[in-house]
Amino acid sequence: MAEQAPAPGSRDGISRRGILGLFGAGAAGAVVGAAGGAGTAVAVTGAFGGPEASAAYDFHGTHQAGITTPAQDRLHFAAFDVSDSLDRAGLVGLLADWTDAAARLTQGLEVEEGGAVGGSDHAPPADTGEALGLPAAGLTITFGFGPTLFEDAAGVDRFGIAARRPPALQALPRFQGDALKAEWTGGDLCIQACADDPQVAVHAIRNLSRIAFGRASLRWSQLGFGRTSSTSTSQSTPRNLFGFKDGTANVKAEDGEALAEHVWVDAADEPAWLAGGSYLVARKIRMVIENWDRVQLGEQEQLVGRSKGEGAPLSGGTEFAEPDFEATGATGAPLMAATSHVRLAHAASNGGVRMLRRGYNFVDGNDQLGRLDAGLFFLSFQRSPEQFVTVQRSLASDGLNEYLKHVGSAIFAVPGGIRPGEHVGQPLFA
Amino acid sequence: MTPRALAASAITVVAALALTGCVAKADLAAAIPVAITDDACGVEVATAEAGALTFRLTNSGSEVNEFEVLADDKLRIVGEKENVAPGQTVDFTAHLEPGTYYTACKFQQVGAPVGLAEFTVTGEAGALSEDRQVLADQAVTEYLAYVRSQAAELLPAVEEFAAAYAAGDDEAARSLYATTRIPYERIEPTAEAFGDLDPQIDFREVDAVADGLEWTGFHRIEKDLWPPAAGDLNSDGRDASADWAPSTPEERRAFADQLVADVAELHDLVTAEDFSVSLDAISNGAIALLDEVAAGKITGEEDWWSGTDLSDFAANVQGAGVAFGAVRALAETTDAGAELAAGIDARFDDLEAALATYGSLDDGFVDYATLTDAQKKGLSDAVNALAEPLSQLTATVLGA
Repeated sequence: MAEQAPAPGSRDGISRRGILGLFGAGAAGAVVGAAGGAGTAVAVTGAFGGPEASAAYDFHGTHQAGITTPAQDRLHFAAFDVSDSLDRAGLVGLLADWTDAAARLTQGLEVEEGGAVGGSDHAPPADTGEALGLPAAGLTITFGFGPTLFEDAAGVDRFGIAARRPPALQALPRFQGDALKAEWTGGDLCIQACADDPQVAVHAIRNLSRIAFGRASLRWSQLGFGRTSSTSTSQSTPRNLFGFKDGTANVKAEDGEALAEHVWVDAADEPAWLAGGSYLVARKIRMVIENWDRVQLGEQEQLVGRSKGEGAPLSGGTEFAEPDFEATGATGAPLMAATSHVRLAHAASNGGVRMLRRGYNFVDGNDQLGRLDAGLFFLSFQRSPEQFVTVQRSLASDGLNEYLKHVGSAIFAVPGGIRPGEHVGQPLFA
Repeated sequence: MTPRALAASAITVVAALALTGCVAKADLAAAIPVAITDDACGVEVATAEAGALTFRLTNSGSEVNEFEVLADDKLRIVGEKENVAPGQTVDFTAHLEPGTYYTACKFQQVGAPVGLAEFTVTGEAGALSEDRQVLADQAVTEYLAYVRSQAAELLPAVEEFAAAYAAGDDEAARSLYATTRIPYERIEPTAEAFGDLDPQIDFREVDAVADGLEWTGFHRIEKDLWPPAAGDLNSDGRDASADWAPSTPEERRAFADQLVADVAELHDLVTAEDFSVSLDAISNGAIALLDEVAAGKITGEEDWWSGTDLSDFAANVQGAGVAFGAVRALAETTDAGAELAAGIDARFDDLEAALATYGSLDDGFVDYATLTDAQKKGLSDAVNALAEPLSQLTATVLGA
């Protein structure tokens, strides 16, 4: 029953290293679609060689993994600034080193062979070691290039790639409700690490950051503890911190046509080096959950446009029923309110525009007022940033805005898939 | 040539080797006269050909003296002859590769170098010794001399600083605070090896309280010299005036005396005949100095009241550079080690350039509190960039 919300606590019954962990509760035995080109999962034996196993996704492919890959449960996302002392060759060297490490890490291997404990007693281990004994846990590592990589804030073309900058790769415009903080905004490079074990995701970002010391440094980073989207029909729809199912109408891995139309940059699109890639938008959205929790159930559902239990549109049907925006109730008012989130975000309200969403819930402790510092770390992949801009502008009148504050924002061009022996973004530097 | 690059030259110091007659290029007739007096250090020539150079030291002063050959950073001692007694003439031979050096004397064998003068060595570089034991011995000899020279500079500086503080001359004491600490910060890991000494000399208030120790030393004095205003907080967020009061003149005298005594003890310990350092202690010391920076200085917690963190920072980096220089020839016996050393060099240059935008050890640095978070992150990035390859140094040096 894909529509059923997972029973509370069902996740706890599954071992962290268990084979089911990859697919999340309620989706056991999922068939992983190959439509994404990078979604092939293979069972590998855990590093201890025991009976436990977990999926590992191919690192190489037509597209980078971590986009149409069934959304894993955990996220560690990191934005980096490249050192001003780095030149073009140095940047390429960093990307090559990152690529090599990522290819190993995603297969459940140490960052280099014998890296954690097999080296000299007199040298720090090459691998930090906290993932020893853990399986690949479905880890994917996805790289992106920010606008400032091509031209920094002062307009300097540090790496001789300004002329190859995708015209659409610009800092996002200001939106209503933006309260952006510099410390969670922008970045020359990004790495999205997703896994079903948080320690595996953190291990990846930690080691990649370490490899980059002196070449690129962390600008900001974000942990996400629960996926808020399904990217495969094999997955059940998870819930965000408003308690609602999120991502029901997402673009999914199995829908090759929709992916081609809405997610992947086509070979005929500009620039050619980005073919097979995508644009990644990251938004750190703080939720004022204390206020939200005092909103009556009926109003919560009106604001969202779906029932809280099943996630069905208020116009009727089950979770995956298409909302009927024309349907009216007894009073003549639309069943899907004009300011409801689902209506404003829907393709029908945005000239057919869709995105592949891949966000995560976060709780970063609490603020000084004793409120949970919680929200949604929104991630979307789209063929053009304009898709996100269109939807976000449409959401200006979203009734949920009263409970949302956008505090971080970034955009990245995500190069296409990496072939064995190549590094990420190689066509850009060719 | 950077200060550290010079360490690639093999330098062997063989005091009075000339007397054995077993000398390659310099002979007795070519010995370079050095006229030592209490306040001068006259080296007759300023240029010489590379090889075994013999200096003929004559002390016509009133007290014991010392002759040093320093690397071009004016810090690293590549050769020294101690205990040149008044009226004595003694030969001292150093094997010097081409490069820029400085010669100096040290009156009574303590304090700042006297008569610092540039000394240029020309000619062809000789073959580097490939004997690891020889290189290891050189590294230990060189670093030991450095630690001793810094302890010898520290002692009179602390005496002057402590005297000004005890006398209530706060302005003079404040002006001396940062510079007095420089020799200490350069060799801090060595001092830390002596149990109680570092806590007594250099503990911050929050550490002393946490360890239940009586709070003494530099930072106790610092807080008297830059007293907190009402409402100021300590680095741990506590009220800076809680359990603290300005020292009375008697307390000042006691703190001053103890700091001098502790530093004198440090000096005695490192100049003792049987004091030595191991090879891994040298390279680990370089790493530890960077850790000092990353842990305390970069956060501004070290010199909470004076804001002179950048001076300590620069001195730590200099000390790390000298320690690295001492073992670099050993590291360079393999291709991988040579590559590592070149990388470390580049990172040192980056870090020093980043520091130089805020001042210098000679002219002082800006108050650390005036740096923006972005500027602090820039320094932190440069420290991380250096510390990462430096952390590989010990294994490379030990060949393990």
